[in-house]
Amino acid sequence: MPRWGLVIDLDRCTGCQACVVACKHENNVPLSTPAAAAAGRLMTWIQLVSVEGPARGRPGAMPLMCQQCDRPPCVDVCPTGATYLNPEGIVGQIYARCIGCRYCTNACPYAVKVFNWSTPAWPESMVPMANPDVSLRPKGIVEKCTFCHHRLIAARERARAAGRELADGDYVPACAQTCPADAMVFGDLDDPHSEAAALARSPRAFRWMEELGTRPKVIYLREGE
Amino acid sequence: MTPAAAVDGDHRRAPAHATDAADALLAPVLTVGSGFRRWTVALAAVVAWAAFAYAWQLTQGLGATGLGRPVYWGLYITNFVFFIGVSHAGTLISAILRIVHAEWRRPITRMAEVITVLVLFFGVGNVLLDLGRPDRALNVLWHPHFASPLLWDISSISIYLTASSLYLYLPLIPDIALLRDRTTGWRHVLYRRLAIGWTGAPDQWRRLERAIGAMAIIVIPIAVSVHTVVSWVFAMTIQPMWHSTIFGPYFVVGAIFSGIAAIITAMVIVRKVYGLERYLQPIHFNNLGILLLVMTCLWFYFTFAEHLTTWYGQEPIELSVFMAKVSGRFAPFFWAMVAFCFVIPFAILANPRTRTIAGTFVASISVNIGMWLERFTIVVPSLSNPRAPIHTFVYVPSWVEWSLMAGCFAAFALLYMGFTKLFPIIAIWELDSAADAAPEPAHPPAPPFGPGAGGAFPHGRLAREER
Repeated sequence: MPRWGLVIDLDRCTGCQACVVACKHENNVPLSTPAAAAAGRLMTWIQLVSVEGPARGRPGAMPLMCQQCDRPPCVDVCPTGATYLNPEGIVGQIYARCIGCRYCTNACPYAVKVFNWSTPAWPESMVPMANPDVSLRPKGIVEKCTFCHHRLIAARERARAAGRELADGDYVPACAQTCPADAMVFGDLDDPHSEAAALARSPRAFRWMEELGTRPKVIYLREGE
Repeated sequence: MTPAAAVDGDHRRAPAHATDAADALLAPVLTVGSGFRRWTVALAAVVAWAAFAYAWQLTQGLGATGLGRPVYWGLYITNFVFFIGVSHAGTLISAILRIVHAEWRRPITRMAEVITVLVLFFGVGNVLLDLGRPDRALNVLWHPHFASPLLWDISSISIYLTASSLYLYLPLIPDIALLRDRTTGWRHVLYRRLAIGWTGAPDQWRRLERAIGAMAIIVIPIAVSVHTVVSWVFAMTIQPMWHSTIFGPYFVVGAIFSGIAAIITAMVIVRKVYGLERYLQPIHFNNLGILLLVMTCLWFYFTFAEHLTTWYGQEPIELSVFMAKVSGRFAPFFWAMVAFCFVIPFAILANPRTRTIAGTFVASISVNIGMWLERFTIVVPSLSNPRAPIHTFVYVPSWVEWSLMAGCFAAFALLYMGFTKLFPIIAIWELDSAADAAPEPAHPPAPPFGPGAGGAFPHGRLAREER
């Protein structure tokens, strides 16, 4: 069984935010206004944050999404099991079970889970463009990056139809597919021959806040000198 | 064995003074004055407004609050911790005083126990107000995930609610029987049901006192567990200034502290409103004032230890929260908390001359405000200074949150008032048995090393003065 992970090469990242736009469209994430964002109501599964310090050579932007921890603090604290770690290492969110207590959002050191403060709405022209593979979330629940779980389900069905095991390269999330600089490489971290696993072994590789013991499966590659 | 258990049941039959006391204490139960009506209307109006605010929040979603990312918790969770803290007023304090045979506890235990039971509903209620999907609240029972400290909370609080309700109800039974024999109509039916056939037979007394004695012991570990677990909701996360090993005892101390303050506040008001000056005497306020003084010092010790360790370590993430509290955005709240929780009550209570009824009242109001601020400065600053470098904002509670908070306090007052119109707020039979147990006035007070010596207060002093 693959263990999905995403490697982000900060040396290649141009900060163009194509991944942010792709994610919004792919996952039916509502749009936000600057005023809403200022009030802490930004809806996003991936965003560029500015990071300074030893994690990077120099200050700059870093794409931040759910780090898909192998030891996720959010999963521990959820009172209903609405957020859970699936066997392939993806931290899932069961929208229909979430009671909206926001304990997981507070336990997450990366602050990457977002809450539906109101019923999501889109401009009328965008409504027909919603992705039919991804459920729309009601107000009052928590959501986050799922590594495009719906794509995984489709890939699993294709593999099953072809009579083979799911393997590296069977699917990529929308952000990695879109990245024009090829800074994002998605794949099976347990497959020693996968590109993602090879990059994860790079001396430039680091996991953000790994000192907390969360064991993220999003791996960043430090910028070169 | 409880002190009352030592008393022969026969003594209790019909002491002449007991009927006087009963009449005096039952009068406010059975009559409703115009002041009561006015307050009921005013408080009900506040509750109705809060109901409207909640309906608004239900239609708008939690967007109606001032919360956002990363300050996901605010006033509701602050109130949750505050109310659960206040709930330690009754049961724990009355149980401890009962076990150490502090005779002066007799007129105040019920007043305290009612606070516990009522305020627990508002503690739990505030979590429900905070839910994005309150309609799914029962998912915690259908799909429980016991690794979550919230589940520990739910278990602990429901056990506490059950135990403290029982602990309130058991000592009520003889008084309910008293009311049953003096009322007609719906009240009589209600009291007859609740009195469950109480006749005052000696074996009934024996069983009752055994049950009360057992409950007094059982509720103590439960009460301690409740606030420990509430603190673990925060401490089990790895967030800066939440992830602390002393949070359990720190919260329990804070809870007992705010609990005693709540009792004193309630005592002063009830005493004034129902004219209970004969029963609630300066000695009660003095003794509770000393307890509050001890808790003030303990609270300061814990707060100091917690903040010194954080500051000395200079760990950047922790320090950002620490600085936000002592000199940043939250400094006014933090230093107000220190003033209200320590400076003001310590100055008043350490001086026997100011440890009067008025003095303890001012100190207890100060502690109530200070402990609310303490809960606020634990919940919000940590969330406002997250590890991740995301945009943060200044959390300002919305009108909905303030309205619901006002509604909770108003509803609590309303229910407390309602209780005083259904049941005597002072345990009549406990005063009687104190009178019976009292030594003759010529006798010396309680032996200096006896169990009753804790309060340095002669047995049955109240009852003597009553005669």
